[in-house]
Amino acid sequence: MKKTLSSVGLIALATTAFAEEKPVLTVYAPDYFTSEWGPGPKIEAAFEKTCGCDLQYVAGDVLPRLLLEGERTKADVVIGLNTDVTKRARETGLFLPHGQDTSDLTLPIEWTDDVFLPFNWGHTAFIYNTEKMSNAPTTFDAFLADEGTKVVLQDPRSSISGLALMLWVKAVYGDDSQEAFNKLARKTLTVTKGWSESYGMFTDGEADMVLSYTTSPAYHIIAEGDETKRAAIFDEGHYFMTELAARVKTSEQPELAQAFMGFVLSETFQEMIPTANWSFPAKLDADKLPEGFKKLDMPKKALFYSEDEAAGLRDAALEEWLSAFSQ
Amino acid sequence: MAERVQPINLSTFGGAAVVALLLVLTLGTLGAVAWRAEEVSALSKNDWSAVRFTLWQAAVSAVLSAVFAIPVARALARRQFRGRALLLTVLGAPFILPVIVAVLGLLAVYGRSGIVSDVLAWAGLEPVSIYGWQGVILAHVFFNLPLATRLILQGWLSIPAERFRLAQSLGFDSRDIAKHLEWPMLREVLPGVVMVIFLICTTSFAVALALGGGPKATTIELAIYQAFRFDFDLGKAALLGLVQFAIGAVLALASLGISVPSGHGAGLDRVVPRNDGSKVVDAIAIAVVALFLITPLAMIVAKGLPGLPDLSLSILSAAWRSVWVAVASAGLTVIMALALALLSLRWGRGVEAVGYLSVAASPLVIGTGLFILTYRWINPVLLALPVTVLVNAAMSLPFTLRALSPALRQLEENYGRLATSLGLSGWARLRIVVLPRLRRPLGFGAGLAAALSMGDLGVITLFADPSRATLPLALYNLMTAYRMEQAFAAALVLLALSLTLFWLFDRGGRVDADL
Repeated sequence: MKKTLSSVGLIALATTAFAEEKPVLTVYAPDYFTSEWGPGPKIEAAFEKTCGCDLQYVAGDVLPRLLLEGERTKADVVIGLNTDVTKRARETGLFLPHGQDTSDLTLPIEWTDDVFLPFNWGHTAFIYNTEKMSNAPTTFDAFLADEGTKVVLQDPRSSISGLALMLWVKAVYGDDSQEAFNKLARKTLTVTKGWSESYGMFTDGEADMVLSYTTSPAYHIIAEGDETKRAAIFDEGHYFMTELAARVKTSEQPELAQAFMGFVLSETFQEMIPTANWSFPAKLDADKLPEGFKKLDMPKKALFYSEDEAAGLRDAALEEWLSAFSQ
Repeated sequence: MAERVQPINLSTFGGAAVVALLLVLTLGTLGAVAWRAEEVSALSKNDWSAVRFTLWQAAVSAVLSAVFAIPVARALARRQFRGRALLLTVLGAPFILPVIVAVLGLLAVYGRSGIVSDVLAWAGLEPVSIYGWQGVILAHVFFNLPLATRLILQGWLSIPAERFRLAQSLGFDSRDIAKHLEWPMLREVLPGVVMVIFLICTTSFAVALALGGGPKATTIELAIYQAFRFDFDLGKAALLGLVQFAIGAVLALASLGISVPSGHGAGLDRVVPRNDGSKVVDAIAIAVVALFLITPLAMIVAKGLPGLPDLSLSILSAAWRSVWVAVASAGLTVIMALALALLSLRWGRGVEAVGYLSVAASPLVIGTGLFILTYRWINPVLLALPVTVLVNAAMSLPFTLRALSPALRQLEENYGRLATSLGLSGWARLRIVVLPRLRRPLGFGAGLAAALSMGDLGVITLFADPSRATLPLALYNLMTAYRMEQAFAAALVLLALSLTLFWLFDRGGRVDADL
């Protein structure tokens, strides 16, 4: 008995020692990403198979935390940043080039940023229910003109998709954006803090349409076998959104961080994105996508502002948005 | 008073420690955010309109909640009926629901495709529109009317039965009782109730926005969120946090000034059956409030049932974690509330005001400030659950204190001299005189704190530990992953657990009591 106990103790000691020897790769990621229902756990398992390391997530608000910590940060890699915050993030000087070839990404736009590496993408879009709406608008103009159809949006001050909508309107209407915001305000049922509240109100039948992504119907098609949720596609084009990964300069595991950057664009990683992240992978041939994704309605044109353009437009657009919605 | 009341010497140290802790959590975190700010920014026109909207909606919501609560509390104090105990427990429910769940519950009743609009359409009438100031106030009354009712009911039950018996033998009608017994009690209790609800409503954000119909309904808390997330302007966040505090501080002091001790004296803790007042009026008050509160809750239950079988095991472990966090927070809250209430008997009511500060604090400022104060020395992941417990305890402290403080004050008034003359002090006094007589408010306060902590106030996004999510975070993650049905099932689990905890503590405080 004593012998068994001591050998159990030895094994325990041995495993601890072994675990301590494994280098740790610390990845900062948003809550949704690391949760059981997000892509995080599968990605962790797949990377650990090849890296001989222990990948540990730190969940929460990625950029605010990084800005607060500065060079003291424990992060080796961050994942889940959006294009709307890259300017701020870049200015910290905390990031290193990703070192990946981005010439053959499967994005609808050209990607030349050598610091922030996209791992998924989609567009903003208004989702509707075909059982309640037979003829969805095919242009932004027609959408705005129909005041009777009520839409629920997210606030650009608290939500990334809300901010993207603001830039979308700006990209379509340019100097006439104030008028467009005014029309949008008239057909808006309400504005919520985040995407979840909005989407919940839509699936509950409270709103006719909801601001979401072109890829949202994929969840309903694949997970629920429900093809009644569709994205209304506008001729003017849709605003492109992508999520990004980047290496941190102060990392004590530069090789691992570099390996992870390579892993992000690997087929193993990219194949997990469609059904775990419900968005398009940044580098995966169309024929490797799940069947459900081939049924999605897709815009012909992607609209996108560089981070400098977006930063230049942001404050003035927010003023217009606020004045339209405060009437 | 200071010389006369020398109850528990041990408590001075504890009370002072709690005061210090709360000051660090509220003003300290605010200071940390301001210190970390790179530049000082001024408040814009939009920020000031957020301040005005915040004040206006909070004032209306607080007054309405308290006014509607009076007849309900009176009815509950005067009548005994089947289901009364159940109703008292369910009254705790709206207050503890995660915002998003409560909003969808309310919309299922008052929304465009809700029950009320359906009934109106059937009757050939125009549907109601909830979006706008009416929605904000409806939601805030839904959240806070039950709290107001319970707090005012505590006041009613604290009027000694002997006074009612005397009133009966003197042939008082209900108007006389109102004038001589009930009004003095309300003068003491109401200012505090209005203040607490006002302060809760000032930190509202997601509800105000969603039901207010958009940016018209921008509150200070949203402006703080914007400063953090959209602009990363810590200076402005700190400044807005300070404005929120100033509002809270002015209000806390004002309510302490208005509140007048009722001076009912002591009784023998018996319950007297009452027959005064109109049974019809009481029945209507109870029926209306039950319908108002229970319909949205029933919708939430109905939405949650279908997803229950699909819930994964990890939801159960998240639930288990949340229960522990809640029990720990409740314990901590009660200790802090008791220490503060005892200290305020000696050092004056300013001490009590410190206890209310946390409700005026922005959760975002607290979370960020704590992070700035600790991250250099301690791995934030290790702090995830302790910080959750501590912040939840501080956030529910005002409610527990609100339940406890008037009761303790009255107790000292009535039994303080006797206890002192008997030479009771220290632990003996606490054990023999104070705790047994405070059981009801203590149990209620602990129940409220536990339930509130289950609902988690979402302060801790900077401290989150992905492997140890609490139930509200898991619920949120389910929604982000499109799993609305499971998210509602998780909400149902959350609701059931919160109510059970609330009931256990509250019941524990009422064991052996007549009520």
